[in-house]
Amino acid sequence: MSEPFRALTSKTVVLSQSNIDTDQIIPGRFLSTTTREGLGAHAFHDWRYEADGSPKPEAVLNRIDPAEHRILLAGANFACGSSREHAPWALLDYGFRAVVSTGIADIFTSNALKNGLLPVVVDQAAWDDLAAHPDQPVTIDLETSTIRRGNAAPVAFTVERFARQCLLDGVDTLGWLQARLPAIEAFERQKEAL
Amino acid sequence: MPETLFDKVWSRHVVAAETPDTPAVLHVDLHLVHEVTSPQAFAEIESRGLRVRRPDRTFATLDHSTPTLPADAAGERPYYTPASKAQVEALEANCARHGVSLAGWDSEDRGVVHVMGPELGLTRPGMTIVCGDSHTATHGAFGALAFGIGTTEVAHVLATQCLLQRKPKAMRVTVSGQLRPGVSGKDVALAIIARLGFGGGSGFVIEYAGEAIRSLDMEGRMTVCNMSIEAGARAGMIAPDETTVAWLKGRRHAPKGEAFDRAAADWLSLRSDPGAAFDAEVEIDGPAIRPMATWGTTPDAASAIGDPVPAPRDASGEKALAYMGFASGEATTGHAVDVVFVGSCTNGRLPDLRAAAEVLRGRKVKPGLRMLVVPGSEAVRRDAEAEGLDRVFIEAGAEWRIPGCSMCLAMNGDMVAPGQLAVSTSNRNFEGRQGPGSRTILASPATAAATAVMGVLTDPRVFLEETADV
Ligand code: SF4
Repeated sequence: MSEPFRALTSKTVVLSQSNIDTDQIIPGRFLSTTTREGLGAHAFHDWRYEADGSPKPEAVLNRIDPAEHRILLAGANFACGSSREHAPWALLDYGFRAVVSTGIADIFTSNALKNGLLPVVVDQAAWDDLAAHPDQPVTIDLETSTIRRGNAAPVAFTVERFARQCLLDGVDTLGWLQARLPAIEAFERQKEAL
Repeated sequence: MPETLFDKVWSRHVVAAETPDTPAVLHVDLHLVHEVTSPQAFAEIESRGLRVRRPDRTFATLDHSTPTLPADAAGERPYYTPASKAQVEALEANCARHGVSLAGWDSEDRGVVHVMGPELGLTRPGMTIVCGDSHTATHGAFGALAFGIGTTEVAHVLATQCLLQRKPKAMRVTVSGQLRPGVSGKDVALAIIARLGFGGGSGFVIEYAGEAIRSLDMEGRMTVCNMSIEAGARAGMIAPDETTVAWLKGRRHAPKGEAFDRAAADWLSLRSDPGAAFDAEVEIDGPAIRPMATWGTTPDAASAIGDPVPAPRDASGEKALAYMGFASGEATTGHAVDVVFVGSCTNGRLPDLRAAAEVLRGRKVKPGLRMLVVPGSEAVRRDAEAEGLDRVFIEAGAEWRIPGCSMCLAMNGDMVAPGQLAVSTSNRNFEGRQGPGSRTILASPATAAATAVMGVLTDPRVFLEETADV
């Protein structure tokens, strides 16, 4: 079950490359885990560490304080690739609560929303404006579904309505589905009688 | 109203219709499970005191973390890390506790999840099939609606056999005309992705249609559907036809006797009605497709083998070329290849191995080049060995391994070393996908084999024509 998400104000980290795939976010060899915890240490591992495990000093994710940078501003078609939920787990564990891009892959969007990591899709002009001012705090307000840089005009974004409500209220989606079990059972009886 | 194939399969599975405020509750016929994306889901349902609701519709296999070298004399498997072993043991324990059938180490059914499902006849037309794995789209080759889900959703399906889903849009990709000799399903898949672009299928379920698609065998169709996600699509589907029906007949979980005939009649009705509306239509000229290979670090960065690499469109394109060590304007056929991998859920099936073996028979892998051949399942391994394909590979100098995902995602220790260039029959050429610093060219099994012989990326028709001339 995800933590509720209402609003967030934070500095951003810019990774402007397009097509950042899930293998970059969390390489396959770190998927050998049976829990959700601790994956932040391996978030963007091969961007942050040399082959011998020493940190790359120039890597932006090694230079910032994650506690102050809760928003990732990423290039187009972010998190394409695999369905691994380890990708949002790793980003959350690293410290992010929202990802802003001009395009975010379908399965990642679904996975992120279920874990309280907010995917925000904006147009290129809004993205460029945010990228040009990385040090200015950005406010993402889910209740009004807007994103705003400093005191600039807010820009609207959309989130699938059910997922939005679940995030705002902290609804447990599995519990919600379980409440539909009578209808599910009736459906199965009818279908399996065919 | 005329309906698409996708509409028909979708509507058969809607438990509760979508509203503006809520997604549809969609029923799942078949839930496939593997060791990497399931442990947290089992833990989630157990923390709520729940059980797997429909173990009869849930099937598990071990594939991603499994070593492809055999156990030692003491029965110890050469796991990459203790965590890999723990992951395998977690699935064994979870399946045992919940009564889920597992194609484990001792099973002759074990295989890469998307190779195994169809083989056993678990995958059938008209079904909804999900798995915590983005290449679940493979099963769409049978006219099933099959897509990848995350681990939270795996828990949803384990506990309720249902998912919350908004209905995606529908796209039709028609590949018209006949394919040229030497052009395989993989080349068709890469040509489609190159045309759609890496995110071009985002938000869509793609139906593949046209003469060229119909002419593919089921394995070729699976290869095409498998890579739907590489264009960003949720799923790919192909309408069932006589090829589909013939392939399924006699499979273990397929209906038998009269029940099969009834099922087959229903399957053949699953096709898009004339005049059905698609949200997008794309047409591709089949005869224009040549053997394809990628040159960048996304699967859409593909062109015919020997064509010059196009100029990068942006900084990300420049970075990809720098990573690969390729220059725009040059053909990539001049670069020495270090590793060739034949396998994966894209191209680890019997016809794939036959295509590679046809090129390798009587030839040798270039000295210094490492070639790894990993069958997609135990059934593929048995069939290949019965035909002597293993001998062909071994005599050519390739390594013949036991089934698994292996070098497709390199989490079991089968890796391409930093800086090495690989030609791989898998589906992703992302930076570091096959190991940190690895560089990957995606291509067909025949191309992979031709490359292994020549030591540089090679259009396999060179060999096929040679053979035909003799
Ligand atoms: S073979 Fe590769 S793509 Fe297929 S299921 Fe395994 S890791 Fe995923």
